[in-house]
Amino acid sequence: MSLLRLDGVSKRFRGLVAVDNVSLTVEAGTVFAIIGPNGAGKTTLFSLIAGALSLDTGAIAFDGARINGLRPDQICMRGLARTFQIVRPFPALSVHENVAIGVMARESNVALAFARAEESLRAFDLWDKREQRASALTLPDRKRLEMARALATRPKMLLLDETMAGLRPPEVDRVVETLRALNRDTGLTIVMIEHVMRAVTSLADRVHVLNHGATIAEGPPKQVMRDPKVIASYLGAEALG
Amino acid sequence: MKKAEVVAIVALLALLVAPLAMDRYLLSVFVLVFWAAYAGQAWNVMMGFAGLLSLGHSLYVGLGAYAAAALFVHFGISPLLGLFPAMALCMIAGVVVGWLGFRFRIEGVYFALLTIAFAEVARIGFDHLTWTGAAGGFFLPVSRETAGQWWNLRGGPLFFYYLSLGMALAALGICWALRRSRLGHQWLATREDAEAARAIGINVTRARIVAVLISAAMTSLAGVFYAFYYNNLFAAQIFDMSRSIDIVLAPIVGGIGTLFGPIIGALILIPLGELLTEATRALGINAPGVKAIFYGLGLMVIIALAPGGVWPAIARRLGIGEGRR
Amino acid sequence: MTLALTIEVLIQGLLNGLVYGLMALGLSVIFGVVRVVNFAHGEFAVLAMYTAFMAATYLHLDPFIALAPIAALFFVIGYVLQKTIVAKFIDRPDHQQFILLIGLAIVIVNVMLLVSGPDARHVNLSYAYDAYFLGPVLVDKTRVLAAGGALTVAAALFAFFRFSMTGVAIRACADNPTGAAVVGLDVRRLYALTFGLGLACCGAAGALLVTIADPTPTLAPAFTLLAFTIVIIGGLGSMPGALLGGVVIGVAEALASLVVAPSMKSMVSFGLLVVILVLRPRGLMGRSAS
Repeated sequence: MSLLRLDGVSKRFRGLVAVDNVSLTVEAGTVFAIIGPNGAGKTTLFSLIAGALSLDTGAIAFDGARINGLRPDQICMRGLARTFQIVRPFPALSVHENVAIGVMARESNVALAFARAEESLRAFDLWDKREQRASALTLPDRKRLEMARALATRPKMLLLDETMAGLRPPEVDRVVETLRALNRDTGLTIVMIEHVMRAVTSLADRVHVLNHGATIAEGPPKQVMRDPKVIASYLGAEALG
Repeated sequence: MKKAEVVAIVALLALLVAPLAMDRYLLSVFVLVFWAAYAGQAWNVMMGFAGLLSLGHSLYVGLGAYAAAALFVHFGISPLLGLFPAMALCMIAGVVVGWLGFRFRIEGVYFALLTIAFAEVARIGFDHLTWTGAAGGFFLPVSRETAGQWWNLRGGPLFFYYLSLGMALAALGICWALRRSRLGHQWLATREDAEAARAIGINVTRARIVAVLISAAMTSLAGVFYAFYYNNLFAAQIFDMSRSIDIVLAPIVGGIGTLFGPIIGALILIPLGELLTEATRALGINAPGVKAIFYGLGLMVIIALAPGGVWPAIARRLGIGEGRR
Repeated sequence: MTLALTIEVLIQGLLNGLVYGLMALGLSVIFGVVRVVNFAHGEFAVLAMYTAFMAATYLHLDPFIALAPIAALFFVIGYVLQKTIVAKFIDRPDHQQFILLIGLAIVIVNVMLLVSGPDARHVNLSYAYDAYFLGPVLVDKTRVLAAGGALTVAAALFAFFRFSMTGVAIRACADNPTGAAVVGLDVRRLYALTFGLGLACCGAAGALLVTIADPTPTLAPAFTLLAFTIVIIGGLGSMPGALLGGVVIGVAEALASLVVAPSMKSMVSFGLLVVILVLRPRGLMGRSAS
């Protein structure tokens, strides 16, 4: 069953095409990676899915219902949570508060929300740091906080925007492990934009490649990585001679 | 019992019995302190919690004051009933300001200026509204017969002392509850980062409008109190930008977004103003403006030295929880 | 006859508006570059009016001549103010900057009150009642001179930002302070220069204003609001926008005092402000948000 479906989605900024007629389908319970060189339109595509930007053409359906045109908070409540490429924690609030406010999306009892935040905090190794202000965290911790907060809203699908960037290899492995466990144990569907290829190859069931806003390939990781078009887009056409 | 609770209870008891040792003047100073604490608390809901900088809160003070006073003077309606339409009027005004601001993405400094603009429009409007005395002022009747009618907010200094104390405490209680509520947490998230707040399911526009509504409703009561305490209203005074500034000073000096900030700020600023009056008089300086010059300098020094407000610094030193805002 | 009067009032508003626009230009320049809202702007303008008044009364200097030294004096004040105090508040939140400058505004207003008292001061000019006649329409000479002065100062400022190395550096700094610092520009000095230039505009505007209005301390907060209204209508950070906003407000207020009542005129400008904020939140000539 498809959980997310994009049909001919396009977005232009002042004539510049950022996302060009992209269609894709993400099956429930899978891990789906979107890759592509810098400026390929990946983050714009995320913003369109999450409702932070409005699309020019096309349609986006989530869980069987159209979501384009909805506000970001409405889309979150439908079960689609996102992280930001440039992390945006609530700086003056504690780590615990950050995550508890995420829980409050579906839990109106504040005490219960704080209690339930523990699960997400532990999943991302932040439990011991829960009393710290978010602004005092290191970048890798902020990235984890971003994921913990999004997860706390109890999504069906998590959109992760370069959450591995800036992490050291052992930290990448740890996050990969956490995400794999979430995907396996809770059936959480994950869509990730990622440059760290070891994370993509070890997690993703399918990979979608964008270049200049348009789709150039899609398939299982191994197959996509061998695609000459994909290699060309990363290395530049000259490299192939 | 925790140290903070002991301090709070002792302070409360002291405030309850203090009037026994106070003369008329001191009572009036404390009324000002409680009023500033109350209004500051109301403003803090918008700025401290939801991150909306309003520099036009005199709008709600003035509307509340004029509404309740007009109902009393023209129709003999008790302010205890009149406060409801006064509140409603302020909430409508708040929705208009808020809706304009949020619908059209007017934020930060621009939003602050929008609030000032509305207060100014109201000031000029009421300056021309003959139904409420226009520029000549609007006066509430004060007579011997009505002297003890508490239900018409008629009373002596002691009455207003306890009334204003009660209002300040109620505001503290309301803000305490709001701060701990789900809505309060969502306000903080909105204040910190609206975009991120939206992404975790918070309807930012609604949260902000609710903050404006609550703040406007609370501030309107400060206006009703003002009308029946002073018994005269001049649009040029009550809607003036300087009143809005007075309202924001206490919470900023005390500590934005904290529960005790507005109270501590009021306790510093009002006596500071009074002391400066006394000091200039004692020194034989009879010139206008001297007091205000020191007041202005004082503000600059406080904001330079304690930018997060005085209260968080004190709280940290006392080891009380509210050091974090 | 009514038509002539209307035209007269409109021209008056237009000329006043250019002088207001110059004052607002100072505010706009400061905000556009330093990103600090000068809440004491009207106070500085009135202070400049008093300075021009004193120069005229004690030194017998014509305000149009005193304009240059007053602008220079206010440039120095602005430079020093930014270097010593405001610089420490650059990265602080809006409300803290607001309190700092409101404190300063309170000090300035009350120093003026202390020194000169609450009464309005009037500068006597030998040509105060001279006028030009365009057919039946009568135009005050002082207003024409004041507007001309405002345009001259504004043109000089435009030229500075367009053609001088320092001006270009300041613009680079406004676009991207970090980048400017990376390529070796002394951002702190450029900020101080900008604040100085902003107040110099304010000082020049004050010298011109004294020929068309009498200074009193209470004028100051009204001028601060006026400058804000103009700048927002024109677009914060846009230099031509400030002049355009000044003219729009000048004409609107002139029309309002003719059609409604002089005391209602600022209601019209605030009404206009709300309309502009709704239709074009970034002002008539402001850059769009994204």
